[in-house]
Amino acid sequence: MIEDATVDRLEGDADAGPAAVIVDDLHKSFGSGDVLKGVSLRAAQGQVVSILGSSGSGKSTLLRCLNLLETPSSGSITVGDESLRFTADRNGRLSRPDRRQVERLRRSAAMVFQSFNLWSHMTILENVIEAPIHVLKRPRRQCIAEAEALLAKVGLAERRNYYPAHLSGGQQQRAAIARALAMHPRVLLFDEPTSALDPELVGEVLRVIRGLAEEGRTMLVVTHEMAFAHDVSSRVVFLHDGRVEEEGLPGQVFGDPRSERLRQFLSRTRSGR
Amino acid sequence: MSSSGLVDLLGFGPGGWGAPLLKAALTTTALSIAGFFAGAVLGGLAASARLAGGPLSAAIAYGYSTLFRGVPDLLTIYLLYFGGSAGLTVVGQWFGAQGFVGLPAFATGVVALAVISGAYQAEVYRGAYLAVHRGELDAARAFGMSRSTMLRRIVVPQVLRYALPGLGNVWQLVLKDSALVSVIGLVELMRQAQVGAGSTREPFAFYCTAAVLYLMIALLTGALFRHAERRSLRGIRIV
Amino acid sequence: MDFAFLADVGERLLSGVPLTLELAGTSLGLGLVIALILAPMLHSGRPVLVWPIRGFVAAFRGTPLLVQIFLIYYGLGQFRPFFQEIGLWSVFRAPYWCAILALTLNTSAYATEIIRGGLQSVADGQIEAARACGMSRWLAYRRITLPIALRQALPSYGNEIILMIKGTSLASVITLAEVTGIAGQIISQTYRAIEVFACAGAIYLVMNFVVTRLVAWLEHRLSPHLRAAPDLVRSIPV
Repeated sequence: MIEDATVDRLEGDADAGPAAVIVDDLHKSFGSGDVLKGVSLRAAQGQVVSILGSSGSGKSTLLRCLNLLETPSSGSITVGDESLRFTADRNGRLSRPDRRQVERLRRSAAMVFQSFNLWSHMTILENVIEAPIHVLKRPRRQCIAEAEALLAKVGLAERRNYYPAHLSGGQQQRAAIARALAMHPRVLLFDEPTSALDPELVGEVLRVIRGLAEEGRTMLVVTHEMAFAHDVSSRVVFLHDGRVEEEGLPGQVFGDPRSERLRQFLSRTRSGR
Repeated sequence: MSSSGLVDLLGFGPGGWGAPLLKAALTTTALSIAGFFAGAVLGGLAASARLAGGPLSAAIAYGYSTLFRGVPDLLTIYLLYFGGSAGLTVVGQWFGAQGFVGLPAFATGVVALAVISGAYQAEVYRGAYLAVHRGELDAARAFGMSRSTMLRRIVVPQVLRYALPGLGNVWQLVLKDSALVSVIGLVELMRQAQVGAGSTREPFAFYCTAAVLYLMIALLTGALFRHAERRSLRGIRIV
Repeated sequence: MDFAFLADVGERLLSGVPLTLELAGTSLGLGLVIALILAPMLHSGRPVLVWPIRGFVAAFRGTPLLVQIFLIYYGLGQFRPFFQEIGLWSVFRAPYWCAILALTLNTSAYATEIIRGGLQSVADGQIEAARACGMSRWLAYRRITLPIALRQALPSYGNEIILMIKGTSLASVITLAEVTGIAGQIISQTYRAIEVFACAGAIYLVMNFVVTRLVAWLEHRLSPHLRAAPDLVRSIPV
């Protein structure tokens, strides 16, 4: 299922232009063990970075560290202008980042979740305007106008007064993407955006994400959709067991993998179709 | 007893008990509403203590909820009335009052109903909070909402929605428990029926009437709760 | 800490426990029997059965237990001549039997609803399968529907048992000396409400605890199908 030709992307050179996201030597351990064991990565503005790996590799944790839904044990994160450094003291207690800094960081990195996580007691229009009004404190009328435009952009204009429960998975995820876009974020974080969807609904969501890539948005995408990652990414990062096992241009990573584990991963996921 | 005699007895003419009974029914309703809302405050506090408080406050909240759900409500009323009156009598003696100072019956009734229903409401709110999807709270945090904003915009509306059926049950419990407040002398519906029955020697008529009035209040308020539940499910279930 | 007082109170309260248990046990038992008859009738959906039972359930669930007790104790006392004629007056004047009657009717209404809920929750597929292999309606009901329904209803019924134990406290209002009645007496004599409440409360909490554990044990015994699979039996060579 190879989609049409590779999107014209900012080429994958790691140093191409100003950085939007910098992750430096990130560690994260939960009670039972270390999930991230020193991950570093860099995404320049306008780049799309796909993050691959088997379950347990730490890819979701990495993404959730970027907007501080999880607090890293050590390392540093820079998103846009906000930079945070983490250290764990001798007892393993995590440093608590400054609340306002966290809120500022979260305003520049908007997330799209695997299970959509739309607020079920609000219509999708209300979902899209919620954060702009209550977090960004923008005027209501402006937010509604923008929200309607965004919902039209993802193809949900006629359903803007529907509640999430009344929409299909693909529609809900597209609404969730509109909600993320409404924050005018510097970076979009996608946590396995299509993994919870029925196969026939995956395409509509990938189309929207691909469109965003074409607009030149900075995006970090954790995904299992290999063809999509190949066509749309500027760079691909393969995580294994909490570390970056391999990274590079899509053509290189998919076509000529250097690491044995990556080879196995690719053959497993390809044959699984 | 003849049917015309019954109408005279319960009607609104001279010697008729209709008016006092209706007035007492109003007292019952007011007592129950006050007790229910005060209980909502207590229950809300106890639920938050169990969900987000430190180990000590969580333990106290758990103890409170278990104690007052497990002990007969009549006993709780005795505790609050006699215990409170004993304390008040002591205070009264400092000021030179003689003899027993009883707590005001209506207020004591409200406190008792609050303490009892709060214990049940705590469980309802706690269960409702746990029913909210974690992911929606993740999304709220991810989009930069402060804790208070998230509480106000996402948590509370959904907790109320999930809590409504349970709260409807607790309300019915409060309504019926309000009859127990008659033992401390408050003239609500039960006591008024008692007075009427004793005065006219027609207990059957009076207690049947009281039962009918309680049932009517229960049915009316029950319908209100069901209406609220339907409205709250507006976006959630395809009805 | 006045231990002497507490010990004395404790002893006096404990003397009321047998009556509490008697009232609760008898009414629960009789009420359950009634409910096992009424619930399937209610579940059947036939209007001639459903409406009177619904009325009964609504009346006893929608009105305070205290009103029901007074209605039976004082209200029926009004019809003394009638009861004397049919020789049942000695029953209806005794506080004990009036309390049993009121408690029984009350719990039977709640239990009917609980069991009906259990019957309703039995998946249609289970019943279909039973009929499909030739079971008669009655056999399917007895062997499949009822056992499943009772298992589903057990948690709610356990709750009802505890509510009934608490309900016996109202018998004190018609002069029966169960635990709450004795506690009320002591409190109104000594005004030491907190200590008496603590003792009486402890007694009720212990009773509740025992009931909860018994119900949990029963639930556990009746639900091996909801737990993890047992270890595979090592195959026996044929």
